[in-house]
Amino acid sequence: MYLVSHPDEVKVISFRFGQGAEQIDKYIELGGYEQARRAIDMGPEAIINEVKASNLRGRGGAGFPTGLKWSFVPKGMDRPKYILVNGDESEPGTCKDRPICEYDPHSIIEGTIIAGLAVGAKQGFIYMRGEYRYLLDIMDKCIADAYAKGFLGKNIFGIEGLDFDCMSHSGAGAYEVGEESALMESLEGKRGVPRIRPPFPAVVGLYGGPTVINNVETIASVPHVLRLGGAEYAKIGTDRNGGTRLFGISGHVEKPGVYELPMGYSLRKAIYEVAGGIKGGKKLKAVVPGGSSTPVLKADEIDVGMDFDQLAKAGTMLGSAGIVVLDETVSIVEFALRTIKFYQHESCGWCIPCREGTDWLKKTITRVYQGNGVSKDLDNIKYLAENMMGRTFCPLGDAAAMPTIGFITKFRDEFEAFLSENPPTPGLVLQQAPNLVQLAAH
Amino acid sequence: MSTPTTIFSAELAARLDRLVTLYPVKRSALIPMLLYAQDEIGYCSDAVVAEAAVRVGITELDVRNVLSYYSMLRQKPLGKFHIQVCTNISCMLRGGYEILEHCQHKLGVHENKGVTPDGLFSVEEVECIGACCWAPAVQVNYDYVEDVTPASMDAAIDKYRQLARPQ
Amino acid sequence: MAEVKTVNLTVDGKQITTPAGTLLIDACKSVGIEIPAFCYYPGLSLQGACRMCVVRVEKMPKLQTACTTPVAEGMIVTTESEEIAQSRKGILELLLGNHPLDCPVCDAGGQCELQDMTFKYGASGSNYVETKNHKEEQQWSPVVFFDRPRCILCYRCVRVCGEGMDVWALGVQNRGSSSVIAPNGGDHLDCEECGACIDICPVGALTSGAYRYKTRPWEMNHTATICTHCGDGCKTTLGTRQDNAGSEIVRGDNRDKSGINGDFLCIKGRYSFDFANREDRLTQPLVRQANGKLEPTTWEVAIEHVGKRLREVRQTRGGKAIGVIGSNRTTNEENYLLQKFARMVLQTNNIDHHRTADYPALLAALGGAANKAASLRDFEKAPAMLVLGNDPTEQHPALAWNIRTNVRTNRSRLYLANHADIKLRRQAKAAIEIPAHGYGALIRYLAGQESEFVPNDTATKFREALLAEPELVIAFGSEFRGRDLETLVAWALTLPNCKVAALGDYVNSRGAADMGVLPDFLPGYAPAAEGAGFADEYGAPLPTEPGMNLVQMMDAAGRGELGALYVVGSNPVSRYGVEPAVLANTFVVVQDMFLTETALLADVVLPAANLYEKSGTVTNTYGDIQLVKKASDTSGVRTDFEMIVRIADKMGARAQSMVPFGKGLRADLGQSRGAQSGEADRHAVWLAANNYEPKLSPFDPFATFDEIQRLVPSYAISRFELFSGADKAMRTDLVQIANFPADRADLVLPANDTLFTSGTLGRYSKVLHEVMESRETSPAETAAD
Ligand SMILES: Cc1cc2nc3c(=O)[nH]c(=O)nc-3n(C[C@H](O)[C@H](O)[C@H](O)COP(=O)(O)O)c2cc1C
Ligand code: SF4
Ligand code: FES
Repeated sequence: MYLVSHPDEVKVISFRFGQGAEQIDKYIELGGYEQARRAIDMGPEAIINEVKASNLRGRGGAGFPTGLKWSFVPKGMDRPKYILVNGDESEPGTCKDRPICEYDPHSIIEGTIIAGLAVGAKQGFIYMRGEYRYLLDIMDKCIADAYAKGFLGKNIFGIEGLDFDCMSHSGAGAYEVGEESALMESLEGKRGVPRIRPPFPAVVGLYGGPTVINNVETIASVPHVLRLGGAEYAKIGTDRNGGTRLFGISGHVEKPGVYELPMGYSLRKAIYEVAGGIKGGKKLKAVVPGGSSTPVLKADEIDVGMDFDQLAKAGTMLGSAGIVVLDETVSIVEFALRTIKFYQHESCGWCIPCREGTDWLKKTITRVYQGNGVSKDLDNIKYLAENMMGRTFCPLGDAAAMPTIGFITKFRDEFEAFLSENPPTPGLVLQQAPNLVQLAAH
Repeated sequence: MSTPTTIFSAELAARLDRLVTLYPVKRSALIPMLLYAQDEIGYCSDAVVAEAAVRVGITELDVRNVLSYYSMLRQKPLGKFHIQVCTNISCMLRGGYEILEHCQHKLGVHENKGVTPDGLFSVEEVECIGACCWAPAVQVNYDYVEDVTPASMDAAIDKYRQLARPQ
Repeated sequence: MAEVKTVNLTVDGKQITTPAGTLLIDACKSVGIEIPAFCYYPGLSLQGACRMCVVRVEKMPKLQTACTTPVAEGMIVTTESEEIAQSRKGILELLLGNHPLDCPVCDAGGQCELQDMTFKYGASGSNYVETKNHKEEQQWSPVVFFDRPRCILCYRCVRVCGEGMDVWALGVQNRGSSSVIAPNGGDHLDCEECGACIDICPVGALTSGAYRYKTRPWEMNHTATICTHCGDGCKTTLGTRQDNAGSEIVRGDNRDKSGINGDFLCIKGRYSFDFANREDRLTQPLVRQANGKLEPTTWEVAIEHVGKRLREVRQTRGGKAIGVIGSNRTTNEENYLLQKFARMVLQTNNIDHHRTADYPALLAALGGAANKAASLRDFEKAPAMLVLGNDPTEQHPALAWNIRTNVRTNRSRLYLANHADIKLRRQAKAAIEIPAHGYGALIRYLAGQESEFVPNDTATKFREALLAEPELVIAFGSEFRGRDLETLVAWALTLPNCKVAALGDYVNSRGAADMGVLPDFLPGYAPAAEGAGFADEYGAPLPTEPGMNLVQMMDAAGRGELGALYVVGSNPVSRYGVEPAVLANTFVVVQDMFLTETALLADVVLPAANLYEKSGTVTNTYGDIQLVKKASDTSGVRTDFEMIVRIADKMGARAQSMVPFGKGLRADLGQSRGAQSGEADRHAVWLAANNYEPKLSPFDPFATFDEIQRLVPSYAISRFELFSGADKAMRTDLVQIANFPADRADLVLPANDTLFTSGTLGRYSKVLHEVMESRETSPAETAAD
């Protein structure tokens, strides 16, 4: 991993990146832990109000207003409350939590403390996907340093009776575990199967206690919200979409990387200016704007501001802000197949429409891609995906269905080409990964 | 609270002893415990399952239910250096499949999770590993190798081979 | 109790009022709207996994799962519409894509929820051309087979095994489309073999080793009757099929959830009917010949011989020289008739049975207190429960099931005192361990009496918590008898809203005691000396001196003082370790299914029908009276009832006075006879030959039940309820036993059966054998009855 930068960037969360802020003294020198200290004096209500005013919305994907989420936690319950930081980052096209964990890990701890103060929790967990072992090690060192400085543990910041504990936790490879209720199951040592809602985690969560679950980036943004003040933070973004986001721009661009841009920034500019345009001067074919779950945009649909509302209006989603850029050479069928293969592999298997639906989608698209499709397959792909939409136990089913519907509606001609007399030759997905074929036919 | 007999090194056993005390319920320690055990033993063997069950106080069946869910946990040994090639969308666009093929070809392992005869390497096609902006990406055990080219992959493989050589 | 809040909602235009918190799926069911579901199962945890139960709730953006949505005030719900039907059809299509479409050869065909729903929503056309995944079927245990491609992953089996049985032998492994149900032994199951997973499986994924591929559901007759094994008396529905030896039982289950046990059955109730089909079953009477060998003969000859010999002994040596041993597995009517035969015809009070609980002491202690005897059902609802002694998981599986269910679903508080670490401890709120002989001391301590029990902190808290319970049911094992039992019950009577139950073994141990198969008590625990009412009803004088108990009879036989011994459905030789020589000078008649240790010593052996081959009633250990219906038939055998009547007839007693048939109006009108075959004809012939009105049969147990109801007030229950299959507990009018002798020998010999043994009878069950073998343990030392 390495850092990139562009003049259009507004460095709020990333301002300490590359300055050695993983060392606690450096972090403190750069203003670290000041906001946590200040939050103690502010008190829960003022913190929540400030976060509400900031228009900070969840960076995990769904974009739920963070302040509102915190306000759902019942006051004065006798069950212990928890803050659970979601560092499971597994959505394909997404790699934005990683730099925070690597370059500014203390901001996550500080954000966790502030969230704890806001809702009355005394314990925070930072759940890291198992693959991020080196980040877990960094995080563990930071947590130990924060304990040593008295920012964590008993009587934090020297305030008698004010306790807050925080620890990291490693996952072991499962995308679905990023879903908040499955995340709690996983942290409780179980299979990553989501829970029935209601009750919502804010009321009955981890170990039965009220639990706030936030994405790493959301939590890391919190100290900055307090630093700048809610209103100022909100101003950086657009209406109802406060602040900045870390956009990961990957795929066929000249300068892929994670860039911090204000909410509402133009997708076209992000691709052509910030990321240096299409690699090798090729033509743009399509963009997946917010991680693999978000429906594809065609080349002529990219004049859109990147915030939750504008992208929703454009028929897609901001999601995890992982922009994946596809040039003209990409076979959409191949891309759709790789996408559905992922969801088929990651479906937890709990509910029928997702477990069987992703499996049949993968099988059917594989067959089409191999040139063995039949004409009703294309309608059937759409029919299958539509039957999944809104009917699965958790949003993973939607996450698999939505992009599929997008591909087959917007690029139906490419699918049809595979049904023709002279189908295109399948690319590497099939040629070089026989496993995929085997898996698909199993 | 230490387990009287353990299959783990003293260091790991002590770490696991502590791990179960950190959470409100012991069971929470299960997944990291299995992963750390795997790091030491190479895979989640029957003995690992049995000891984990005792340590967190659940049945072996329950341990297996959980273990089989997580894709990083494995019930068979793999290579000392496990090469995990991401072929998910961002990596695929930048040559993930070529890298996968290159690794398989170079090491002569053609099935997924195949192991070289010397047990040194194994190759697996994996889902997104959070390195999309530095694609194509590979993880060798827990180390990231990013912006991989066939040449840099070869260099990495050579480096690990060196590491394995007795000093 | 707090008033239950109700909620009003509208479903498909119907107004419904239901208690707050009810799930939509149940609320709909209560007004006859059936919502399809695979994963939902009442009483088990919610899954929301199959997505079949989707409904449209106004103001909600998506379809909602009725199985996870609680009702809310003003909710407006649509349960059938094009959108909903499409959603359900979509699910079925997905399932059928991989599911074998071979219903005609699938063991669940005709009884498959997937099949039924496909029929309803029409999803049979396939959109896929891929070949289906095939996996070989696996055998997980003697009773459980698993066919993976048929599994739809509804997780019912996993939950019933874990939550319901507290066994947790099934899990889910892998994820996504590789998810699979897995057994705890890797490739086999290590469990209690209850078979609940099979019955709860909505499709043909889990099938029963005992039943599979034998027949089809619609080819069977189904008869609801009572399991013959333990003292809980579960209802089991036996599926029978005609065969050339009568009719054979091929399946047992309680899928309709009727009866005292809901959908619970243990291995014995579900599979251990197989003793009935054994090759070595006796089907011809045997009489010992001059050469010392038992040889087959005809019924006429055998019965004639028995009648003659018994008459001789009575004439020459008097009734005191005859002993009678009754059974724990025969019906109330048979037990009653046996004691009537003993007292009226044989003129003896020497009658006893293998006692497994001290019921006389229990009833004496209860002193007629109405509503103080706990039914099996009370353990389903009671807010607090106390279990003293016993190991219900092994010996009273249905009680254990109720206790677990109550703790799980009602958060009932379980208190446990035991000398062993029994499994129910896992459900206990508080438990104390006591020495094996410490029960008396414990109860005196609990009752606040002087006691050698030394309470520690736990015990003190245990007692305090118990005393603070506003409502309590107590179940106690055979550790409590006589004095200790009296202390226990007396203490219980001082507690507010307390009920008690004594735990005895076998299906009708309680009935044997209630029906006076005891040397000192007549039916209903009327002391033998005070049998005036009985003498009037029987129209004959009865002996008034208490007779010999079982042990005394054997001693007398050893001394050469017992001229004849009549053993009905019991194996005292094995159970009490009687030396064969002891019976050398006694004429022994045995009625049994098999050549047991006792039968081998007999002079006459009469092949008997078992509980599944007869009608009548039985009383479980809690006093719940239930209807037994004839399910199957084995040619050549007779019911004990018929044999007693026939022997009495040969001894010169009038059949009419043995069985008051035709008296009163309540006799069986045919409902109780079950699957008929040769029996009706045989009776008709006999009746005609003896100039009786053929409809009024002396072999009609319900004529005897009439008599029981006249003489034993606690059995005066509604005939309607009995026939409608409802269990009816003996709650009121318990007999008051005056002058209960303080030094009465209780002679209780607990059977100590486990889940996989059932006295002598259990030894003849192939299923129980296989299970024991697969566990590589030899059957426990069990004997007798
Ligand atoms: C299938 C699935 C996977 C998810 N994966 C992640 C993830 O890896 N990281 C994450 O922060 N949120 C993930 N989410 C979103 C979380 O459920 C949750 O909304 C989020 O952690 C809440 O934090 P936020 O409000 O700060 O975004 C996922 C959701 C779904 C349905
Ligand atoms: S939609 Fe269903 S199967 Fe898919 S991940 Fe969610 S719960 Fe699991
Ligand atoms: S797609 Fe390969 S690391 Fe994300």
